[in-house]
Amino acid sequence: MSEQQVEKTVTLTIDGQQVTVPEGTLVIRAAERIGVQIPRFCDHPLLEPAGACRQCLVDIPDAGNGRGFPKPQASCTIPVAEGMVVQTQATSPVADKAQQGIMEFLLVNHPLDCPVCDKGGECPLQNQAMSNGRGESRFEGVKRTFPKPINLSPMILLDRERCIVCQRCTRFAAEIPGDPFISLIERGAQQQIGIAEGSPFLSYFAGNTIQICPVGALTSEQYRFRSRPFDLISTASVAEHDACGAAIRVDHRRGKVMRRLSGEDPEVNEEWISDKDRFAFRYATARDRLVDPRVRETEAGSGRTVGEQRMASWLEAFALAARGLRAAGSVAVLSGGRVTREDAEAYAGLARDLGTADVDFRARPLSAEETEFLRDRVAGHRDLGYADLEAAPVVVLVGLEPEDEAGTIFLRLRKAARRGARVLAVAPYLSRGAAKLGAELVATVPGEEATALASLDVPDGTVVLAGERLATSPGALPAVSDLAACTGARWAWVPRRAGDRGALEAGLLPADGGRDADQIIAAVLAGEIRGLVVGGVDPDDVSDPAAFRAALEAAEFVVSLELRDTDVTRAADVVLPVAAASEKSGTFLTWEGRPRPFPQVFDRPACFSDARVLHEIRKELAALPAELPTAAPARSADPARSADIPGRSVRDTGAESGVLALATWKLMLDNGSMQEGDKHLAATARPAVARVSPATYAALDPAPDEGLVTVSGDRGSFTLPVEVVDGMVEGTVWVPANSCGTGVLAGLASPGSRVSLTGGER
Amino acid sequence: MTEPVDTLTPVLTANWADERSWTLPAYESRGGYDALDRAFAMAPDDVVAMVKDAGLRGRGGAGFPTGMKWSFIPKDNPNPTYLVVNADESEPGTCKDIPLMMASPHTLVEGVIVSSYAIGANRAFIYVRGEVLHVIRRLRAAVREAYAAGHLGQDIHGSGFDLELVVHAGAGAYICGEETALLDSLEGRRGQPRLRPPFPAVAGLYASPTVINNAESIASVPSILNHGAEWFAGMGTEKSNGFGIFSLSGHVVRPGQYEAPLGITLRELLDLAGGIRPGHELKFWTPGGSSTPMFTSEHLDVPLDFEGVAAAGSMLGTRALQIFDDSVCVLRAVLRWTEFYKHESCGKCTPCREGTWWLVQTLTALEKGQGSEADLDLLLDQCDNILGRAFCALGDGATSPITSSIKYFRDEYLAHLIQGGCPFDPAASTVWADSGAASASGVTPAGSVEAGARTEAHR
Repeated sequence: MSEQQVEKTVTLTIDGQQVTVPEGTLVIRAAERIGVQIPRFCDHPLLEPAGACRQCLVDIPDAGNGRGFPKPQASCTIPVAEGMVVQTQATSPVADKAQQGIMEFLLVNHPLDCPVCDKGGECPLQNQAMSNGRGESRFEGVKRTFPKPINLSPMILLDRERCIVCQRCTRFAAEIPGDPFISLIERGAQQQIGIAEGSPFLSYFAGNTIQICPVGALTSEQYRFRSRPFDLISTASVAEHDACGAAIRVDHRRGKVMRRLSGEDPEVNEEWISDKDRFAFRYATARDRLVDPRVRETEAGSGRTVGEQRMASWLEAFALAARGLRAAGSVAVLSGGRVTREDAEAYAGLARDLGTADVDFRARPLSAEETEFLRDRVAGHRDLGYADLEAAPVVVLVGLEPEDEAGTIFLRLRKAARRGARVLAVAPYLSRGAAKLGAELVATVPGEEATALASLDVPDGTVVLAGERLATSPGALPAVSDLAACTGARWAWVPRRAGDRGALEAGLLPADGGRDADQIIAAVLAGEIRGLVVGGVDPDDVSDPAAFRAALEAAEFVVSLELRDTDVTRAADVVLPVAAASEKSGTFLTWEGRPRPFPQVFDRPACFSDARVLHEIRKELAALPAELPTAAPARSADPARSADIPGRSVRDTGAESGVLALATWKLMLDNGSMQEGDKHLAATARPAVARVSPATYAALDPAPDEGLVTVSGDRGSFTLPVEVVDGMVEGTVWVPANSCGTGVLAGLASPGSRVSLTGGER
Repeated sequence: MTEPVDTLTPVLTANWADERSWTLPAYESRGGYDALDRAFAMAPDDVVAMVKDAGLRGRGGAGFPTGMKWSFIPKDNPNPTYLVVNADESEPGTCKDIPLMMASPHTLVEGVIVSSYAIGANRAFIYVRGEVLHVIRRLRAAVREAYAAGHLGQDIHGSGFDLELVVHAGAGAYICGEETALLDSLEGRRGQPRLRPPFPAVAGLYASPTVINNAESIASVPSILNHGAEWFAGMGTEKSNGFGIFSLSGHVVRPGQYEAPLGITLRELLDLAGGIRPGHELKFWTPGGSSTPMFTSEHLDVPLDFEGVAAAGSMLGTRALQIFDDSVCVLRAVLRWTEFYKHESCGKCTPCREGTWWLVQTLTALEKGQGSEADLDLLLDQCDNILGRAFCALGDGATSPITSSIKYFRDEYLAHLIQGGCPFDPAASTVWADSGAASASGVTPAGSVEAGARTEAHR
């Protein structure tokens, strides 16, 4: 980097105290430096100044040029000046009266429903009315009324009577995520926040408006009337839904999460979180949450497990798990990507104890190329952070759709783009998210990212963000590091899940001679691996869901560590319930490699983290006699059992000779199991559509019937509404990875395979 | 009745009584569009200097020197420069731009061309109040005529100067007369005032350097070109040069537009307008629309220029002289104005939005004779909490009628409380209240240029 810019400072006097602040600082924030809190509503440090509420009026007897302002000024809009003299409510009777007057006006039309308002107790209007207002109102007239509340979206409700039209929400929507779907409508006292007819406030970040609303005008369907702030216990935590490590605050009562809010971390998520981070937490209290360990009986002679699962004590389960794994001999460990760093280390430790190199955290399509790349080029490196994203002149996105896959990165890139950064999206089409970043599209057929990267010419200081989806694009990951080597660009690998980076650092990747997840599944089916330890893996997320399910059946001994019942737990011989993120402490590593430790929110009896459970198994393992009677014939050698193992579970749909490349990624809100339990959140998800170029659309035979097309692949077909996207790369169809049916991998096509497209319903 | 005709200076209004004055032939027959060639013969900066020398001050109310405003346009800004004419005339009592555009739209168009040339704008906009459809049609017809005649478009009069002129109709919001709200509205957004800085001269329309002038200011420019800066500066008073249209309305015998040098007094104007309607006396009046603190009969000799009116505690504003005689209840008039401000408050800032809502309720109660004398102090305190606290000047304007009326007519407010209602008969203030007065004011003032223009303009 070139010469350091010396930050210019300005010295001014506020309430008789001198304070030196950076040039351009607003008076309201300069006052905070000396401990003077000027009351405010519309002002928000991360939003552009508005000067709308007029609550922060101060007296400025000298603007720095020897002349004063004749009337009080809104301190949230006035930048400091050298020699400026400011008198706040603390020293100026004029400013104090002005503030009291504004406060009284604000309350003229504000309903006195604080006793039933969600915001009561944490309400800036309530608080500041007490600190900077008069105790009794002089208003004896008629208040303006509205029917209340109205829906701005399936999740967000607006109570217009309470609204003081400070415009924080509309400014947030327009400035931060770039979703200006709420706006001021009407005028005067009738002025209100509104949406266009039939166009609700559908933003992945809409929930932030509730949090920054300085009154109780915006509430969520999820939390409205559920509790009072003063009944809640707040615990700072970290969001578990993606690899961004957003700081959150978990508000809970009597052992139950009532709501989640954004935490404040200027280095990571500033004050914003996605709606998934905010609203998706009810999975942890789902009815099918596992509570007790379950085991399958062991056959006396062979040691094989037989029959139905039954409830077991923890001690029995630990012992059975250890004995079964030792007996199985060859064991593989699939940890899944949701683990904390501590859990990941425990999985790695178990693998060591079991003497296996067959470990993998990746519960998704992968490749040997990726394995090597992650091990050699990503693990142990920490080159980039959020601050670098914000400062980069050019950002290249490849195999990554930040709005869907990494919300915090998306918002940081929005900030960068608003300041003039150039964003290049190596993608099949310019998504809505990329368009909001002002991105230029480098139209690329999935699988050909390496070629696209090779042709890029980027300036010094460029940052390349490579998503985990590049795993299945041959040569793409090396192309990222090549691009960096040629141009001096810096790059980072961005996984999707919160535990991915920690698991990588913990070594949950096949070491020399080890098998990766796909090979593990194949080896189980081939009878080479007989035991499996499976963490939080959704079978439908892996490269070949049918093969994975078959492997679960084929494996002689399966230990499952899970939150809720899945096909893994149903097939397992020992099922060990584990703690959800809120029930354990731990550390997630962000995509940057930044450790994000979080404390335990709830202390539930007999609810253990993966690490604790694995520790107990390892203790049992250590206590076993060195020699155990080896298991008699492995399951796979049992003809009776192997007969029902499909070799490669492929449903022949006759569409293997499809002509289109399949582009797909998971939308932020989709059918993911950790989003279950909130129908309002689910209603804000984007509908599943198939996207094609105009030429592809025109070539459809037969033509689409009622806007529907059928995408067919080697594993099945989806019938979806079609959306024609101008500028989309030819020869490609995009479908969301997990928004319909059992998802793309289970129900449509294998990774990298081609699909065909026909109009109408199949 | 002898009329001191020599006190009038018909310049903008000179042709209003002409046959089909709004057409191009009628306008050109009086030397219309001659100012273009005079301007094109000069360097743009010299035109700016001329307007500065003439001492033309903004006719929209604030009185900011027009030439100085033009000179604020940065020369090194890569964006285009725009001229925007504020013809969103909505102030209660103000009626000068609309009759001007009705009777002689070409005067404004010519002014736009000269002014655009001076500031280097190749695109200009006239933002007209949306309710006055007839005026918009006339203005658009005039622009069409000017294009056809080569006064607008490419290479005007062979000067190499290009100008595109757009007449934009507002959607009926008082706030859009505030210049930055007007810009937002013109850009297709919701009309609400913008934060300043940046000022429009630096980042106005489409974030480009923009001059916003009142229609009457721009319309006055050709006359300066035609007659010279000294001619213009020779009229009016020391710091308020030139002439202006004074709109007299209300209880005068001959209401209308009277064009006179700044500094004329209401006494003189009333003489021209035939006085207060017979049988009544002047009670109160506004010097510049309802947003300017009201005057009473003791202010009849206040010189109506920027300094004179300010010294007497009000503002010259738009020279909208609303005349109220002794039949009018001041509280009733003030309440109606306040209802207007409540209705027109854009809602952006708290004091104007909530304050006007509350003021109306307080005044309504007082008009019904409810409340107590303490409510007058409450009213004044509410006004004190609005004045100078609002985002734009419209909030300030809403308080003027209340504070000034309480200042001059406190007893009348109290009379409502004593009587338990309004002591006035509202019907008595109507124009048909007493037949004698009606017949007197019904006389067509044949000699009056202004009234003639009205008749003509509305034909």
